[in-house]
Amino acid sequence: MSGANRIPGAGRLTPAKTARFFFDGKSYAALEGDTVASALLANGVHLVGRSFKYHRPRGIVSAGAEEPNALIGVERDAARKQPNVRATVQDVFDGMKVVSQNRWPSLAFDVGAVNNLLAPFFAAGFYYKTFMWPKQAWKHVYEPQIRAAAGLGVSPTEDDTDHYSSRYAHCDVLVIGAGLAGLSAALAAAKTGARVIICDEQPEVGGALHYDKSVTIDGLDGFTWAQATAANLKRMTNVKVLPRTTAFGYYAQNFVGLNERVTEHLAKPDKKLPRERLWQVRAKRVIIATGAIERHMVFANNDRPGIMLASAARTFLNHFGVTVGKKIGVYTANDSAYEAAFDLKRAGVTIAAIVDSREKPGEGVLAEARALGIEVLTGHGVVNTSGNLRVSSMSVARNGGGAARSIAIDALLMSAGWTPSVHMFSQSRGKVAYDTETQRFLPGAYAQDCLSVGACNGTNDLQATIEESLAAGELTARASGYSASEKLELQGHNAFNWTGGMAGAAEGAGPDTTVKAFIDFQNDVCAKDIRLAVREGMHSIEHIKRFTTNGMATDQGKLSNIHGLAIAAETLGREIPKVGLTTFRAPYTPVTFGTLINHSRGELFDPTRKTPMHALEEAQGAVFEDVGQWKRAWYYARAGEDMHQAVNRECKTVRDVAGMFDASTLGKIEVVGPDAAQFLNLIYTNSWDTLKPGRCRYGIMLREDGFVYDDGVVGRLADDRFHVTTTTGGAARVMNHMEDYLQTEFPHLDVWLTSATEQWAVIAIQGPKAREIIAPLVDGIDLSNEAFPHMSVREGKICGVPTRLFRMSFTGELGFEVNVPADFGPAVWEAIRAQAEPLGACAYGTETMHVLRAEKGYIIVGQDTDGTVTPDDASLGWAVGKKKPDFVGIRGLRRPDLVADGRKQLVGLLTKDPKVVLEEGAQIVADPNQTVPMTMIGHVTSAYWSENCGRSIALALVAGGKARIGETLYVPMPDRTIAVEVSDMVFFDKEGGRLHV
Amino acid sequence: MSELLRSELLGSDLSHARTLALAGRHGGLGAAALTPAAPATRLSLRAKPDAVETLSAALGISLPTRPKTSASSNGRHALWLGPDEWLVIDETEADLMAAAASSNVLHSATDVSHRNTAILVKGFGAEVAVNGGCPQDLTLAAFPINACSRTIFGKAEIVLLRTADDAFRIECWRSFSPYVFGLLSEAAEDAGN
Repeated sequence: MSGANRIPGAGRLTPAKTARFFFDGKSYAALEGDTVASALLANGVHLVGRSFKYHRPRGIVSAGAEEPNALIGVERDAARKQPNVRATVQDVFDGMKVVSQNRWPSLAFDVGAVNNLLAPFFAAGFYYKTFMWPKQAWKHVYEPQIRAAAGLGVSPTEDDTDHYSSRYAHCDVLVIGAGLAGLSAALAAAKTGARVIICDEQPEVGGALHYDKSVTIDGLDGFTWAQATAANLKRMTNVKVLPRTTAFGYYAQNFVGLNERVTEHLAKPDKKLPRERLWQVRAKRVIIATGAIERHMVFANNDRPGIMLASAARTFLNHFGVTVGKKIGVYTANDSAYEAAFDLKRAGVTIAAIVDSREKPGEGVLAEARALGIEVLTGHGVVNTSGNLRVSSMSVARNGGGAARSIAIDALLMSAGWTPSVHMFSQSRGKVAYDTETQRFLPGAYAQDCLSVGACNGTNDLQATIEESLAAGELTARASGYSASEKLELQGHNAFNWTGGMAGAAEGAGPDTTVKAFIDFQNDVCAKDIRLAVREGMHSIEHIKRFTTNGMATDQGKLSNIHGLAIAAETLGREIPKVGLTTFRAPYTPVTFGTLINHSRGELFDPTRKTPMHALEEAQGAVFEDVGQWKRAWYYARAGEDMHQAVNRECKTVRDVAGMFDASTLGKIEVVGPDAAQFLNLIYTNSWDTLKPGRCRYGIMLREDGFVYDDGVVGRLADDRFHVTTTTGGAARVMNHMEDYLQTEFPHLDVWLTSATEQWAVIAIQGPKAREIIAPLVDGIDLSNEAFPHMSVREGKICGVPTRLFRMSFTGELGFEVNVPADFGPAVWEAIRAQAEPLGACAYGTETMHVLRAEKGYIIVGQDTDGTVTPDDASLGWAVGKKKPDFVGIRGLRRPDLVADGRKQLVGLLTKDPKVVLEEGAQIVADPNQTVPMTMIGHVTSAYWSENCGRSIALALVAGGKARIGETLYVPMPDRTIAVEVSDMVFFDKEGGRLHV
Repeated sequence: MSELLRSELLGSDLSHARTLALAGRHGGLGAAALTPAAPATRLSLRAKPDAVETLSAALGISLPTRPKTSASSNGRHALWLGPDEWLVIDETEADLMAAAASSNVLHSATDVSHRNTAILVKGFGAEVAVNGGCPQDLTLAAFPINACSRTIFGKAEIVLLRTADDAFRIECWRSFSPYVFGLLSEAAEDAGN
């Protein structure tokens, strides 16, 4: 037996297919297809959680996604624990472990429930008023305590072992919701041949047909029709049916996010399957068929376990075959609850009474109730309930006062009417409009190409829903150019058309009362809290929401919105639409982080770019550093060396012998066309007309404001072809910068830009023996100093492979940069290495490169400059063409501030104690004895130990720096003040003779 | 000294010693098999409309002028990337730079043979696999055989070419290829589900 409350013959589950699961360690029987909620109810378990603030015992309220109370933890293993799962949407699987939340030590006896007794101290907004002072208490008491108490559920601490997937999809018509309306619309659209995707959050299609057994479509039982229709749709190649798939976010231009739960319901999922799949759908048209959510009644102590929505009880009975009680009361302002009573009564359950706040319920349901012998108390209200861990009685009184009568019950069904689910419509930026007659917000002005149909559009009548939906399906398909060959018709029939509904507090919970009549179960917001918020001066619904937390968290206003709004409007003495509706935000229901990031984990989190020689360098002991997405060899540690020792050795070796360096990550742009030189004249400060083919020049690029943007060596390969290099980090933005100017400012020039960064592997060989190393390998290029001087480029072959060979240097040594097509990089690297190592040369990394260039005073854009440095500030004024009529930044350079005295200028710093290495970023002052805050006149941009100089060296931006050469300045540090002497920027080989050997 | 002799003397003719970015990789399952493409020569070709006809003749392939289209002939493909931009691929590794230069018409040709590498995706799930990271509509009606597009795949830029109902060629920059291959592998595995 799968639970004592299972009614034989009722529901659609198969009695033979059983599963066992554990709730708080206790084993229960269930049927395949049960949700955790239906299985617990089948076993008579109503108490499933504790409320967030007051820790009040709570039970299952709904049978769907709107569930505010039954939030549970589902555990598969230590790594796979999902908190805050709604028990009403989670399928049971065999062996499943479920735990309740927000209780200690146990669900039935919870210490935190003392909060309920202290409730007067926890009025709405108490957070904002209570934890104000003393200031120190924030850090040590309030924050740790609040953090410990805040949040529901426990997140796992281990890495998630599941995997997640992502797909993009396009369609003509996306239908959100597969109830009667959605299925009708999808069918009509699909029959035209249009591409249709229909999704539904439930395991199977049907929507309200899950509970509404009175509906027939074309003579078929409604739920049976829905399954047959879905099967029919699945057979069509132009249709995709996605059950267990929630449309959670509606974004711009009909871009809708869907969350498909692939294995969440399976006991032993195939490891190949993703746990969840994110669908990002771009739809030409969207049909929103999201139905309506039943509202609860707002009365004193309406939150006891056993008190639930009438439609939920009907779902548990008609779909799962479970009765939620043995003697059930009904409290309603709407006809729909009557049908729940009828179904239960016919299944043999005792209905204690239907309490209807209205004097005049619908005549049809009233007559049927009488016929079934159910007592109906019209014009009455439930003014209180009793029962600790489960409701045991309701107190019923005539509206307007009078003696209350207590009626024993073990469950209480309620309905205050139906709230159209306008979440998706509202997320699409559509404007809702208030319908005064029916007290509902309905879709008003549309902002995107979508249509709402059925209950979410306020359409109540069954046949009207069908016709509206069929028409919408056909219309949206037609917008994509598809048309129907024949008009679809469906005939629906149901037992009763429902009337009634109310919003706000019911009898006994009105303005003059202090009872706990809950609006938002999840956030423990009562009717009186809304009134308090208004009294405290919150007049906007957005303020009221934040003050009370009404409709926050997973609820997103599904149950609480309309009641909260009605009470606020009543208290403010305004009409509901004047108070306004809070914004519906994505996600509609919670989405796991796994789904949102899907494949972007581990190695796929972000592209990791490696140079062609990466593996060889790794084998040589390289330690890598991240430069943007690139991995660059930082230094090559030999046995027993730390980084400092390795860098010192590399620095010495390069200047004494030679070193080889992987420079492949430098940005490379090929600039081709008859106007190439003219374009470079405009982009760089330098002049390019005079550069002959075969020669190179160091170029500086400014932004329009006159500040240095990037630098690099440019080689002229032919009259109409330049090989431009950029910094590693600047490659993409420099390309964009150049392309931007070419397309918008200089479109008249015949020149084109192509990124060639990855075409070339670049091996720099620097040092006195550089020529000796490559000479035996190079073919067709005269490497002599006379034929191939510093700052030249030649095309030829190295090791039989085509090369662009540059003679250039970022070390101050004789140097070459060997460019070979990328796939040849590793072989050529090894060939060069075979020449280099016998001569005593070594590979060096970026750290050594940094030290060597600093010894020569070569700047690194972005390290020694910060976007406020002009060429002159960096002592690069020589690179600005004085006779040039125009280049990007020329006017910026003439701004008064950029030519004023006292600008920060790059200079060298030599510490008085040569052993002390400054810290990069350290501030510089003129007088160390001034009072704090001191006047800071600059900062250190680069600082290294220079083994070649036998001392520390540094570069710094200092106000009026060039005029201060020889002065002593100070670098105050937390533990001491370091005296430094200002110097020029060149620390090694000041004459530069080593470049030209 | 002849080129050949000199190379032999040095013992270092490395012109066949290529290290392919995706060497040894394989991925996907029955739904969509992934194979690194063989080396090919590639041009980034830029030219104005008045040069298209002459360049087409020089390259022996009709440069397409409509968005999202390509032309293919004898292992040579010309992919429209923009109003003045094509990616030309030659699977026989013919000298495209020389062919373009022989046109003697205003254009820009840059050799990007090694900048790009390619992944071939084939199988009934190829479309779904590519849609694992590419947001474009890849149904045959919207992206027919020979359709091409410079687009994105996850966080990488790719050039996508449909070579058959169930086959795509994905061109990407060398250093992005392990990422593209990795993401494509995961998407291909899910494509069969």
